[in-house]
Amino acid sequence: MTRVGVVVFPGSNCEYDAQAALSELGAHVDLVWHTATDLSAYDHLVLPGGFAHGDYLRPGAIARFSPVMAAIADFAAGGGPVLGICNGFQVLTEAGLLPGALQKNRGLTFISEPTTLVVASTRSVLTRRARVGQELVVPINHFSGAYTCDDDTLQRLLEGDQVVLRYRENPNGSRDDIAGVSNEAGNVVGLMPHPERAMSTLVGSADGRVLLEGFLGLELSAARG
Amino acid sequence: MNYPVVVDVTLRPGIADPEGATIERALPALGFAGVRHVRAGKTFRLEVEADDETGALAVARSLAERLLSNPVIEDAAVRVESR
Repeated sequence: MTRVGVVVFPGSNCEYDAQAALSELGAHVDLVWHTATDLSAYDHLVLPGGFAHGDYLRPGAIARFSPVMAAIADFAAGGGPVLGICNGFQVLTEAGLLPGALQKNRGLTFISEPTTLVVASTRSVLTRRARVGQELVVPINHFSGAYTCDDDTLQRLLEGDQVVLRYRENPNGSRDDIAGVSNEAGNVVGLMPHPERAMSTLVGSADGRVLLEGFLGLELSAARG
Repeated sequence: MNYPVVVDVTLRPGIADPEGATIERALPALGFAGVRHVRAGKTFRLEVEADDETGALAVARSLAERLLSNPVIEDAAVRVESR
């Protein structure tokens, strides 16, 4: 059985949603406290949404120094699939595992609403089961979700096919409508929307499934080094 | 010796500043005309134990770059506060 570690920081609050969604897809999911230093039991890692360390200073700024981060960096360097959702995305950018940064939303409003995403690349572990141009309805729930990077970084992202998902209608001022990006190898992905909250039409959308199924499907391709 | 150090963190030029823009838009309603290019930032005050001023600034600069600012979008300036 595929084993997933969902990393819990003080202030994370979407870990149970992530656990429920991934369990429903057949994975064994453990919650892993941020002081853990051995992640060898896991095939996949998820950094969930929330407010790690209270989001003090900047979202993700202090979480980056949690003891677990060195093990996550090693796991990612070995090709292990890592997914950062919302606050988890912010943590991964602060840690330098993903390029760019997340800034306060344009208009300074907290936005909680369904958004329509457009799949921009299927190179990543998250989108490998989707198709380019596919539209997915997935909710966002954030204050600091405006993706930002300098011109050189954006150029590199575009050339490397690292822009994974875009908003159809930009809700927050993200550069180039970017909702999610991957690292060069495609095994580390971060996105602001919450696929774990789009698992059933009963709650508005089941479009998160294709993303999380793709994420869990990686072990089939033996991408873990 | 303890040196009082001030760290100013500001958004890099060209990075959108929704906070500064919102403040700027509010100014005319308050009767402030002719105020432009408002940029919001953060100030941190620290006390750094070091042998001399140069050493204190080096510690503060390292801290500012590693934690207090995100170099992707922010610049950090450090100075010893005059007493």
